[in-house]
Amino acid sequence: MLHVDSPGPPREQADRGSRASLRGRALRRTPLTLALAVAVAALALLPLGYIAWYTADIGWAGVRELVFRPRVGELLWNTTRLVVGTVACCAVLGLAAAWLVERSSVPARRVWHVLLVAPLAVPAFVNSYAWISLLPGLDTYAGALLVVTLSYFPFVYLPLAAAFRGLDPALEETARGLGLSGWAVFLRVQLPQLRVALLGGSLLVALHLLAEFGALQMLRYPTFTTAIYDQYRATFNGPGATMLAGVLVLLCLVLLVAELRLRGRRGYARTGRGAARPVRPVALGSFTAPVLAGLGALVALALLVPLGSLGYWMLAGAATPLDWAALAGTTGTTLALAAAAAVGTTALALPTGWLAVRARGRLSTLLERSTYLGSAVPGIVVALALVTLSVRATPWLYQTVPVLLAAYAILFLPRAIVTVRSAVEQTTPLYDDVAASLGSGAGDRLRRVTLPLLAPGIGAGAALVFLAVVTELTATLLLAPTGTTTLATAFWSASSALEYGAAAPYAVVMVLLSAPATVLLSSDARRGLTT
Amino acid sequence: MSSLTVHGITKSFAATPVLTGVDLHVPEGSFIALLGPSGCGKTTLLRLIAGFDDPDSGTVVLGERVVAGGGRSVPARRRGIGFVPQEGGLFPHLTVAGNISFGLPRGQRRDGVRVRELLELVGLHAALAERSPHQLSGGQQQRVALARALAPRPSLVLLDEPFSSLDAALREETRVAVSAALTATGATAVLVTHDQAEALSMADQVAVLRGGRLVQLTDPRTLYRRPGDLDVATFVGEAVVLDAKLRGGLASSALGELPYEAAAVAVPDGPARILLRPEQLRLAAPRPDGPTARVRSVDYYGHDSRVWLDLPGGVRVSARLDGADLPAAGDDVSITVRGTALAFPAGATASEPVA
Repeated sequence: MLHVDSPGPPREQADRGSRASLRGRALRRTPLTLALAVAVAALALLPLGYIAWYTADIGWAGVRELVFRPRVGELLWNTTRLVVGTVACCAVLGLAAAWLVERSSVPARRVWHVLLVAPLAVPAFVNSYAWISLLPGLDTYAGALLVVTLSYFPFVYLPLAAAFRGLDPALEETARGLGLSGWAVFLRVQLPQLRVALLGGSLLVALHLLAEFGALQMLRYPTFTTAIYDQYRATFNGPGATMLAGVLVLLCLVLLVAELRLRGRRGYARTGRGAARPVRPVALGSFTAPVLAGLGALVALALLVPLGSLGYWMLAGAATPLDWAALAGTTGTTLALAAAAAVGTTALALPTGWLAVRARGRLSTLLERSTYLGSAVPGIVVALALVTLSVRATPWLYQTVPVLLAAYAILFLPRAIVTVRSAVEQTTPLYDDVAASLGSGAGDRLRRVTLPLLAPGIGAGAALVFLAVVTELTATLLLAPTGTTTLATAFWSASSALEYGAAAPYAVVMVLLSAPATVLLSSDARRGLTT
Repeated sequence: MSSLTVHGITKSFAATPVLTGVDLHVPEGSFIALLGPSGCGKTTLLRLIAGFDDPDSGTVVLGERVVAGGGRSVPARRRGIGFVPQEGGLFPHLTVAGNISFGLPRGQRRDGVRVRELLELVGLHAALAERSPHQLSGGQQQRVALARALAPRPSLVLLDEPFSSLDAALREETRVAVSAALTATGATAVLVTHDQAEALSMADQVAVLRGGRLVQLTDPRTLYRRPGDLDVATFVGEAVVLDAKLRGGLASSALGELPYEAAAVAVPDGPARILLRPEQLRLAAPRPDGPTARVRSVDYYGHDSRVWLDLPGGVRVSARLDGADLPAAGDDVSITVRGTALAFPAGATASEPVA
C-alpha cells in the first residue's frame, strides 16, 4: 500500500522547544523572588560561614592536629555506614509502602496511610529511649540502624505517596498497552517519574541522620554529632567541636553533589489534557495476607513498640506525682515556638522552592543547595555559631527567641523546600500565563492561583517544620533563653539522669502535639485516595 | 474589540532566530488563523502578542495602543487579551464558575449572571457551573477556557491550537461552538493551528508562517486557489504538481494541453511547473486521443475517494472523485482536467510534494 503524508496535523514540537529558554526570562522577571531566595541562602549559610572563618583562623597546622587522628576515622566509618544503611532501608520501605497504599488493592488504605505517617509523631530520640529502656543491648550498629530507620522511613514514604498521586495513570496504561508487565511498568514508567521524590526523601533522611544527636547519644552509638557535643560539653573548646563539624559538612557536601548528579534536569509537570483521572488499583490477590502482615509488622515496630514503652514508663513512674504546672508551661512554650517557626520557615522556603523549578539553572540550584548545606550543619554548631555571632554583632539579640527561630529556620528549611518544590513541580507555568492574560497581577496571581495550587505542598512543609520544632533537642538545649524549657529539653534532662518514669510524660505530650500535624499530613494525602 | 497590528517582529531564542520580521494586520472583529508547520514560530508569535514574552524588535499595536516595542512593554495583565491555551489550562483548584469568573472584577465574581451568560454563549448547560475541571470532557474544557477568556470582554482573543487535543467528532463540534461564540461576541480573534482544514474552515483570513516569516496573508479561498508558492500550495491542501512547457497560453504537461494562469509572478513561455488540485482531475474510460494513466490504488472515504494514478512518464498524481463509479486498481483510465492550472517558475519546488 502506498503511503504518502497528507497535509494533516504533525505534532507540534519545535515550537515548544522555545520553552527551554523561558528559564532566563523567569529569573529576569522575578527580581524580588530572587532577592528573597538569596537572603534565605545567606541566612542558611551563616553557621557554615562561621565554621569556615574559624577554620581559617586556626590555620592548617591546627586543622591537621584536630582532624587527622584515628578517632575521626572511627567516627567517619560509624557515620557513613549508618547513613548508607538507613537510606537504603528507608528507600525500600518507603517505596514499597507508598506503592501498596497508592496503587494496590490492599484493604483499608486510608488507615495504613495514617499509620505509616504516624511514626513521625514519635521523635527519634523518644523512639530510641523507648527501645533502649526496654532492650539495653541495642547499643550496637544494628540497634542504631533499626531505631533510626523506623523513625525516618516516613520521610521517604510521604513524598513518594504524593508523587504516586501526581503520576498520570494514562502513562501507565500506555505502557501496559505496549506490553509491559506490572513490574516493568513500575521500573520503566513509574520509578523514573518518582525519582525526584525518592531522591528528595532519601536526601532528607541522610541529612537528618548526619545531624541526628539525641537518638544516637541515647543508643551510645558514637558519630560526629555526639562527639562534637561531648567535646563541647567537656571543654567548651570551640576548635575541637568546630573541626569535627567541618568534616561533617564535607560529608554533606559529598551527598549533595551525588544527589545533584543523580537528579535529572527535567521537570515533571503532567503533560496530559485536563485533570488526571482516578487510578485503578493493582489487585494483590493471594498476596494480600502477606502484604498485610508486612505492613502490620512495620507499624508495630515503628509505632506500637515506642507507644507501648511510653505507656509502660508512665505506669511505672506513677509512683512519683506529676508536676502539672511545669508540664503545662513547657507545653505552651513549645507550641508557640513551633507554630512561629513553621510559619516563618515555610515562608522562607517559598522563593527558593519556586525558583528551583521555574527558573532552573546554576543560580537557583546553588540557592537551593545552600539551604541544604546550611541545614546539614548539626544543631549544636548552628547554635554555637548563632551564639557567637549574636554576642559579637548584635548583643541585644543574644539568648532571645528570634535567634532560636533563626536556628530552627536554618535547620529545617530543606523540609519545607522539598515539599514546596515537589508541589511546584506538579503545577505548570501555563496557569500563570493564563491568569496574567485575565488581568491578574503578580500579587493577585500568588494569592489566587499559585498559593492555592501549592497549598497542599506548603501545608505539608509547614507541618514537617512544626513537627521538627516540637521535638527539636540540640539547638534548643543551647540556644533557648535562660529559663525557657521545651518538652524536648525537659525530657532530655530527665532521661539523661536515667529517670525514665519522669521523662515519660514530656515524651507523651510531644507525641500528642506532633499527632495533629501528622494527621494533617496524612489527611491531605487522603484527598487523593480513590475508594 | 480592537484591531491588531504586528510590525517587523523578530525574536530569537539563544542563537536560534524564531521570527524574522513578521508583519500582520488583523482588522477589528475579524478572525485570523496563523497556519504553519511545526517550528515555524507561530506559538512564539502568539506569546509575544499576549505579552508572555518580549520581542527582540518590532512592535505590537492593539487598536491605537502600542503594547510592545519602541522601548515599552505592557505586561500581559494590562493588555486585555484573552488567551485559550492548547489543553484548556483550566485552574484545577477552581470550579467551572470559578474559572470563568476569574478575570472579572471582584464585585462580579460571586454574581452568577455573567457565568450563566458565558456558559450559554459557548453552548454549555448552566448546571456545569459547579463542576470541577476534571469532571468535564476535553471539548467542554476548551469551551470553558474560551468562556473564561471572553469573560472580561477582551479586545482580542488568542487561541493556541485549542482543538489539537480533541478527537475528530468532538473537534468539529467544539470548532462550531467556538466559532459561534466568537461571532456572537464580535471578537477579534487569532487562532494558531497547524491544521489547514481548521484554518480554512474557521478563519476570515489565513496567515501562513514558514521559517519565522509570514509568507502569505489572504482569505481562505484565495489561499487555496492561488497560493503564493508551491510550498504553500502543498501545505494548504493536496496538490498535483507537474513539469510543463508554456506556449501561447497553454501549458503542455503529462496531462495534455491545459489552460493556465500565472501565480504570484508572471511566468515566461518555456519550462515551468504547474499546480492542479486533485478534485480538478476527472477520469473516464481510456480514449486514444487523451492522456491515459493506470490506477495504482484507491483510498475510499465514503463522502469521496482519492485515486492514485501512475502516468506514463513515471509521474504519480492523485485525483479526488466523489462519484460512486470508481475505477479499480490496475484499470487504465483517461484523464481530463476541469478549470485552469496555476503556473509557477520552473525552479519552483515544493518541500513536501504530495504528487
